[in-house]
Amino acid sequence: MSTPTLEVEDLRTVFLTDAGAVRAVDGVSFTVGAGETLGIVGESGSGKSVTALSLMRLLEEPARIAGGSIRFQGRDLLAMRPEELRALRGDRMAMVFQDPMTGLNPVIRILRQLTEPMVGHGRFAAPEARRRAVGLLVRMGITAPERSILRFPHEFSGGMRQRVMLAMGFANDPALLIADEPTTALDVTIQAQILDLLRQLNAEFGTAILLISHDLSVIGSVCRRVAVMYAGEVVEEAVTEAVLADPRHPYAWALVNAVPRIDQPLGADRRLVSIEGAPPDALNLPQGCRFAPRCPFKVERCEREHPPLAEVAPGRLARCWVTQAGQVLPKAGGAGLGGVRPPPPPAAEPLLAVRGLVKHFPLPRESFFAPRRVVHAVNGIDLDVARGETLGIVGESGCGKSTLARLVTRIHAPTAGSIVFGGQEIAGASPAAIRPLRRRMQMVFQDPYASLNPRMTIGDTLAEPLVAHGLARRGVEVRDRVGGLLEMVGLNPAWVSRFPHEFSGGQRQRISIARALALEPEMIVADEPISALDVNIQAQILNLMLDLQQRMGLTYLFIAHDLAVVRHLCDRVVVLYLGKVMESAPAEALFARPLHPYTGVLISAVPEPGRQRVLLQGEPPSTLAPPRGCPFRGRCPIAQPVCETMPPLAEAEAGRWVACHFPGGFSHAGLGA
Amino acid sequence: MLRTVVTRLAGAAVMAVLATLVIFLIANTVPGDPVLAQLGDIAASNPATVAEWRAKWGLDLPLWEQYLIFLRGLAQGDLGTSIASQRPVLEDIAQYAPATVELASIAFLLALGIGIPLGIAAAVWRDSWVDAAARVVSLIGVSSPTFWLAFIMLAIFYGGLQIAPGPGRLDPIAFPPDEVTGFFLVDTLLAGDWEGFRDAAAHLVLPSIVLAAATIGLITRTTRAAMLEAMGQDYVRVSRAKGMRERYTILRHVLPNALIPVVTLGGLAYANLLAGAVMTETVFSWPGLGRYTFRSAAALDFPAIMGITLVVSVTYLLVNLLVDLSYAMLDPRVRR
Repeated sequence: MSTPTLEVEDLRTVFLTDAGAVRAVDGVSFTVGAGETLGIVGESGSGKSVTALSLMRLLEEPARIAGGSIRFQGRDLLAMRPEELRALRGDRMAMVFQDPMTGLNPVIRILRQLTEPMVGHGRFAAPEARRRAVGLLVRMGITAPERSILRFPHEFSGGMRQRVMLAMGFANDPALLIADEPTTALDVTIQAQILDLLRQLNAEFGTAILLISHDLSVIGSVCRRVAVMYAGEVVEEAVTEAVLADPRHPYAWALVNAVPRIDQPLGADRRLVSIEGAPPDALNLPQGCRFAPRCPFKVERCEREHPPLAEVAPGRLARCWVTQAGQVLPKAGGAGLGGVRPPPPPAAEPLLAVRGLVKHFPLPRESFFAPRRVVHAVNGIDLDVARGETLGIVGESGCGKSTLARLVTRIHAPTAGSIVFGGQEIAGASPAAIRPLRRRMQMVFQDPYASLNPRMTIGDTLAEPLVAHGLARRGVEVRDRVGGLLEMVGLNPAWVSRFPHEFSGGQRQRISIARALALEPEMIVADEPISALDVNIQAQILNLMLDLQQRMGLTYLFIAHDLAVVRHLCDRVVVLYLGKVMESAPAEALFARPLHPYTGVLISAVPEPGRQRVLLQGEPPSTLAPPRGCPFRGRCPIAQPVCETMPPLAEAEAGRWVACHFPGGFSHAGLGA
Repeated sequence: MLRTVVTRLAGAAVMAVLATLVIFLIANTVPGDPVLAQLGDIAASNPATVAEWRAKWGLDLPLWEQYLIFLRGLAQGDLGTSIASQRPVLEDIAQYAPATVELASIAFLLALGIGIPLGIAAAVWRDSWVDAAARVVSLIGVSSPTFWLAFIMLAIFYGGLQIAPGPGRLDPIAFPPDEVTGFFLVDTLLAGDWEGFRDAAAHLVLPSIVLAAATIGLITRTTRAAMLEAMGQDYVRVSRAKGMRERYTILRHVLPNALIPVVTLGGLAYANLLAGAVMTETVFSWPGLGRYTFRSAAALDFPAIMGITLVVSVTYLLVNLLVDLSYAMLDPRVRR
C-alpha cells in the first residue's frame, strides 16, 4: 500500500490561557489515504475546526500543538520549517473556510485572488495562470468566467463566492483539500450544488477530502468515512452510512437522532432525542468518559475510567465502555414511531388571514437623477393560519420569508394587501392600534445573541413586556411571573439576575421564547429560531416548542430553511419563491408528493446519503428586477412558453394549492418517502 | 466618475458660499467695531470721521446689502479690500497662503511618511518593543502642546546644538527666490538656486515636525488599529492557507484594506494642518496665512476674514472630495 496522504497520530492542540491550558484537541488520530474522503463531525467546541487548523499549521496565538504527529505524504509537518510549510500550503494541501462572504479580500479582483497561489508557488506563469483560473471557474459552474473573473467579490453572491473559494483550493491540484463547514452559510439548493461539486472533484482529480461539518447528512453525501468528535476526542470512527444507520457511541447516537430525517416516516410523538447538559469544561475534564455526565446509557465504569477508542465491530471504532461490552444502542428515538397525530381542530375562521400582501423597499437614490431602485421583497402573498396549527414557511434566502414575518407582526407596514388577525384588519392600523395586538402575537428571532439586550438581566428582559402592558405590578407579582416563565422554558428561576452573556446559545433561545410567552400570546411568529444552534440544542428547542404548543394551544408561524425540521414540526407548509407562494399544502402530503417543481427541487436538495438529487442550476433572480410570468421559470426543469404568464395559486387537490401551469408535472425517482 | 466629480464640485461651491454666510453673520454679532479698531482714539471720538469711514467701507448699509455686495464681488472674483492693509484681500491671501500651504504639505507628508509605516510595524510586531516605541512616539506627539514643543525644539536644536536654523522661511540675510509659485522649495529649484533650496528646506524641518507631531500620533494609532482589524479578517487566513508569503499577505491583502480608514483621517488631518498652523507660524515667525488670520481677526477686518473663510472652506471641501475619490480607488465597493 502506498503512503497515506495524511496520517494524524495522537494530535494534541492546546490554548494557553491565563486560566490554564485548554485541551481543544486531545489525542486525535486518523488516516486519510490518497483520494479518500473523511468527514469530521461534532458540535461547536468539539475541536473539529482546531484540528483542521492544526493540520494546516495555521493556528494563531494562544493555540499551539502540544504533542502527537502529523505526516503529510510521509513528511512530518510538525518538524518542518515555516518556509517548507508555506511551500506546501495552497500547493499540495489546501483549505476552504466556512464563510465565503469574508474569505475573499473585498478590494482585490477575483482574478488575482485565484492566480496568486498558482504564480506564488511557481507552478504557472501569469498568462497561463489566468487561462487556468478561467478554466477552474468554468469547472465550478460559474457563467461567463472571462467577464466574472475581472469582478470584485462584492459583485458575487454567496454561492458564487464559495465556488471561487473552492477554485482557489483546487488551483494547484492539491493532494488534500480540507473543507471546514463549506456549505453552512449557504442555501439548501446552493449547498447541494457545492456538495455535488466536491464529490465530482474528488472523483475526477483524486484529491483526498477532509470535510468538517456539524451536519452528519452533509458529510454522508460526500464522505465515505466519518470521525465523530466530542470534547477534543474522536469518539467514533466508521463508514458514514454505518454510523447513520447504527451509531455505536451514545454521542453519535444522540447526533443521529437529534435531527429529523426527511425520508423517515412521521410519527405521532414528534419529540426528538435530545441530551441534556453541555459539553464538559475543557479546563476541567471528567476523569472517566467525557460524555458520561450526559450519557443516557452510562454504567458505573464510565465515570471512573476513560475509555480507549477500540474496535466494537469489524471496521467500527468507538470510545465507549458500553458498546465495547457488546450492548446495542436502541433504534431511533421518537421521530420515527408510528401512529397518526391528531390534526388541529378545524377553526371556523383562521386566526391569521393574509391576502395579496405586498412589500417593496425603495433603495436610496444613487444620484439625484437616477431612478429609485426597489427591492420587491413580498409580491402578493395569500395564506391562512388556523388557530392551534403550525404553519411552516420555507424558501431560499431572498424569498421574502423574514419580511413576511415582520409584516404579519406589523414591524413593517405593508405596501399593499390585507392582514386580518383575530378578525381585525391590521394592515393599515396605526401604531397605537397595533400595541394591544402585540400582546396576542409575539416573535422569536433567529440570533439569540443579538436579540437579548446585553445590559439587561434576564429578569428585567422578561419583566419588561409584563410591566409595559400592565399585566403585572412591579415587585413580587412580576418576580413570580418571571420565575414561572423561566421554569416553563426549562431554566432555573434563580437565574433572574444573570446577564445574557452568562448563558449558552440554546439557553438564550429559551429566554427569547420565555419573553415571547410572557404576554400569553395566541400566536408566535418564529423566524429561523433554531438555525443558529447546534443539532442537540435544536432538538431541545423543538421539543420545548412542541410541549408549549400542547400545553397552551399556541399557534405557530414557523419560518425555516431546514426542510426536514419543517416537515417534522409543521401541520401545513407554504413554499415561497421571490416573494410569491408557489405551493401550500399539508406537510406530509407536500413532502410525499410535491406538486410544484420548485418544491420538488428544494426537497431533493436536502443532503441525505444515497439519495438521487435534482440539481437546480443557478440562483434566484434579483429581487430588484423580478421576472415577468412565473418567477421560477428561469430555473424550472419543466418550463414551457406558457409560463411567461403567471399561473394563479389554484387548488389542485383538496387542501393543496399550487401556482404552476403543470401541477405534479415534475417527478423523479428520489422524491418522496 | 467624471459626473460624480462635477456634481461634487458644484455642491462644494454651494457649501463654500453658505460657509461665508455663516461667518458673515457670526462676525457681525461679535461686539466690536472695525472702525473703532482702525481709527485712533482721537479720530474715533469725532462722529463725522467715523461716519465717513463707515460710508467708505459700506458699513452703514443694512447687513443683507453688505452681504449682497460681498457676493457680487465674489462672482467677479473680487474678495474686496482689506480694511487693515488697504490692499485687495485676494492679493493678501496670495501673498501669505503659499508659505502656509508649503509648511502644511511638508508636515502632512511627514505625518503620513512616519505615521503609516510606524503603525504598520506596530501592528505586525504587536506587543514587541516596536509597538511600545510607536506608542511612546504617538503619545508624545498627541499630548505635547504645540507652542511648548515649538519652544523646546528651538531651544535644543537651534539654541543648544545649533544644528537647525532659527525662525523664518530663509536665512535673514538671504534673498527670497523670484516668485513663481510662492513655494520656496519649488521656486528655488526653478531658479536653479541650489543653495537657496537647502536653506528653505532646512528652515522647514523644525516647524513641520512641530506642526505634524499630533497628526503623526493620530495616524500611527489609526493605522495600527486598522491593520490589526484587517489582520483578523478571514481573507488574511485564506491568504496564509494559500501559502502566500507573510510579507505579501501584509502588503497586498492587509494594507489596502487598512488604508481605507487612514484616508478619512488623512483628509481631515490635512485641512486641520492648514487651519492649525497659527501657533506654529507665530513661534517660528512664519509669514503665513495663520498670522494673517490672527491679525485680521484682531482688527475685525471683515473683508479679510471673509476671504480667509472662503479659502479655508474651499480647501476643506476639495480635500474631502479628494478623500472620497481615493475611497473609490481603494475600495471597489463604493465605485459605481
